Amino acid sequence: MRAVAFAVAASLVVSCGSDDRATGDAVDVTVFAAASLTAAFTEIGDAFMAANPGAEVRFNFAGSSELAAQIGEGAPADVYASADVANMAELVAAGAAATDPVVFATNAAAIIVESDNPEGINDVGDLADDDLVVVQCALEVPCGAYATEILANAGVDVTPKSYEANVNAVVTKITLGEADAGIVYRTDVLATGDAADGVVLPDDINVLAEYPIVVTESSPDPAGARAFVEAVRGAAGRDILESYGFGTP
Amino acid sequence: MTLDARIGLRLGSLDLRVELRAHAHEVVALLGPNGAGKSTILRCLAGLEPVGDGRISIDGVAVDDPAAGVFAEPEARPIGFVFQDYVLFEHLTVLENIAYGLRARGVAKVEARRRSHDWLDRLDLADFAHQRPQVLSGGQAQRVALARALVTNPRLLLLDEPLAALDARTRASVRRDLRDHLASFDGMRLMVTHDPVDAHALADRMIVVEAGRIVQSGTPADVTAHPRTRYVADLVGVNLVTGVVADGVLTTQTGARVVIADAVDGPTLATIRPHSVLIGRGDGVASSARNSWRGTIVDIDRLGERVRLVIEGELPLTAEITAAAFGELDLRRGDDVHASVKATDIEVAPA
Amino acid sequence: MSRRRRRVELPIPALLLAGTAVAFFALPLVGLLWRAPWSNAWAYLTDDTAVTALRLSMLTSLCATALSIAFGVPLAWLLARVDFPGRGAVRALCLLSMVLPPVVGGVALFFALGRRGLVGQYLDEWFGITLPFTTAGVVVAQTFVAMPFLVITVEAALRQLDPRLEDASRTLGGSGWYTFRRVTLPAIRPALTAGAVLAWARALGEFGATITFAGNFPGTTQTMPLAVYLSLETNPEEAIVLALVMITVSFLVLLALRDRWFGAATRAATVAT
Repeated sequence: MRAVAFAVAASLVVSCGSDDRATGDAVDVTVFAAASLTAAFTEIGDAFMAANPGAEVRFNFAGSSELAAQIGEGAPADVYASADVANMAELVAAGAAATDPVVFATNAAAIIVESDNPEGINDVGDLADDDLVVVQCALEVPCGAYATEILANAGVDVTPKSYEANVNAVVTKITLGEADAGIVYRTDVLATGDAADGVVLPDDINVLAEYPIVVTESSPDPAGARAFVEAVRGAAGRDILESYGFGTP
Repeated sequence: MTLDARIGLRLGSLDLRVELRAHAHEVVALLGPNGAGKSTILRCLAGLEPVGDGRISIDGVAVDDPAAGVFAEPEARPIGFVFQDYVLFEHLTVLENIAYGLRARGVAKVEARRRSHDWLDRLDLADFAHQRPQVLSGGQAQRVALARALVTNPRLLLLDEPLAALDARTRASVRRDLRDHLASFDGMRLMVTHDPVDAHALADRMIVVEAGRIVQSGTPADVTAHPRTRYVADLVGVNLVTGVVADGVLTTQTGARVVIADAVDGPTLATIRPHSVLIGRGDGVASSARNSWRGTIVDIDRLGERVRLVIEGELPLTAEITAAAFGELDLRRGDDVHASVKATDIEVAPA
Repeated sequence: MSRRRRRVELPIPALLLAGTAVAFFALPLVGLLWRAPWSNAWAYLTDDTAVTALRLSMLTSLCATALSIAFGVPLAWLLARVDFPGRGAVRALCLLSMVLPPVVGGVALFFALGRRGLVGQYLDEWFGITLPFTTAGVVVAQTFVAMPFLVITVEAALRQLDPRLEDASRTLGGSGWYTFRRVTLPAIRPALTAGAVLAWARALGEFGATITFAGNFPGTTQTMPLAVYLSLETNPEEAIVLALVMITVSFLVLLALRDRWFGAATRAATVAT
């Protein structure tokens, strides 16, 4: 009796962790992409699945370096799209890339402010006001590194109230009214619609994030992965990316 | 010193409506079946339960008067409470337990300890002063609980089944001690018990509570002679004979001899239930009863189909016979009779 | 003199399950120890980030525990002793943050205590008090998630307590507060200790609500879990070392708690016979 109970318990544990991926020839792709690509890639994914019946695209959106670390630890990704070249380079150096990385989109940084810009922020210099609650991404994520670079370029000394773990967290602080300003990507500003406004940064201090994409070495479905990358780089994919505010090379 | 209580209360399925008084010169026992409400009465007097309607006053001062909006919390009442199972504080030493009431009322630590030590010496428990209550035997714990309640000199001492948690042998000695302590205490004493032997041995007056109402109040002799309900007759109104046993014979102070069936020795309490007593006219008839005493009927009380006869003589007894038998024997006050009891019908306990 | 103790036997299947459970808990720790960069460990340990984060974590978690005790014990008392309409709903409300995803808790705190929050806006306007992005905010977030652990433990203990102990104290002249201090608290001490430890552990490990509500700034709001999470992005080695520090501290605290502080709860509540 006890042996039966033990067997039942063991099989439950095994089935809990079972992989419910589709088997066979159907395309089944897991895409690890930077958080800023959330909306755009989801739409590209939907279009891909519509164009390829039976295909399955799954996404994991997070900070680029977090994703790179996960892939390094063996996470099952087919495609990796990073928000900066540095993280991609590390992945390549670790031998985790099956193809050469290709830049498929660019993203300019922008200042995000509350809807209707109540604090009247017009340029980077305004951020130096100590009374303002300014937030930016943590230095460990690409967005944070860009923000620091921009502030250095402009020669502005800003002490943020918080270093957020990813760009979406910065946006949330603004839309909730908890922070007055933050430095995010242009695409993020556009994505908020009416919930927030943006301030354009002049080109001479701005940085342009380059987004490379690659098929991973450990991809369980390399053919499907390549197909997805093609979809991203194709005309339809570019249109979608541009509609969200990305630049396309 | 008086206690004046009128208690009206609904608690769950209990509908309590009683009125009682107590004075400092008597020990009052509250008896009754389970669920009758006797413990609830005690709790109301202590302030652990507010009355629904009614009024409780101690020495003329109202402690619970819903109509006047008066309610004194337990800590404000001049009471001492001995709980069934004693409820000693296990995280404190025996000395600290006894000193608790004094410390709670603001007495300085040194003074409180001194007075507590006095009590411990009086109880012959000085060795246990710095030990935890867990090491005490039942009888010792009972004494500590009593001391704890008395050390603050309360006006009203309430005891809830003080001997219930003890085995027969311990109960006898503790009962003796309790009688002495109660006698030396000069405040009002109210005790709840379900054991008629305890009530007979300790109380001057019994109040019987059944289903939330007082059904009878009186001295043990009254209650035994004139029970008002079946419960009182069967459980409360018993004959209690005290004496010393030697070689299977109990001899009372007046020299009456009672043969008993159990093997006990020394000071003993014998309980003879009235319905076990056989009554016969004249000089006695040969029977298996080892015990037979002559006496005269001094009181007759009829309760339904049974008749109680109070007999004075060698061994004063109250007997209970059927109305039919009573009619057949044609008994009257002043008649000489023989009362006999089988030795096996006598319950004994060490005194 | 040999001590004869009755050996407690566990049936084999139960033993296997229990053993698996122990391995389950030990394995991640062993994994960390195996991957730890021992040669660089000291550098990371003495690094400003690590020391600051650890100090902040200890400070805030202890504050959160203190607040949890101060507010949680009266709450537990209320839930255990006072019968009022809607008590069940109130209890569920107070324990809600135990089942809420911490980030959700953080966002909810915004709506209540943030700059534009229900109460927060007045705190800001009238008193100039802001909670987000401050150490106080960290303590608030931690208390929010940690207090229910203490409440639930203490409430259970209070319910199990023999009410006659408190009755006895009151008949002896002890006021409500005196009774609580000298009878109730000592009787529930094991449960209170256990509850406080649980609350402290929860507060120490709190991440989601903290980073959402209080933000992340070294020295002010960057607690250990946040530091570990962020260093994982760029420097996994550092993350491992920081994680091990947290684990060591927690392990030592838990080890220091003697069995007897958790035990004897029932013995203290039962009555002398």
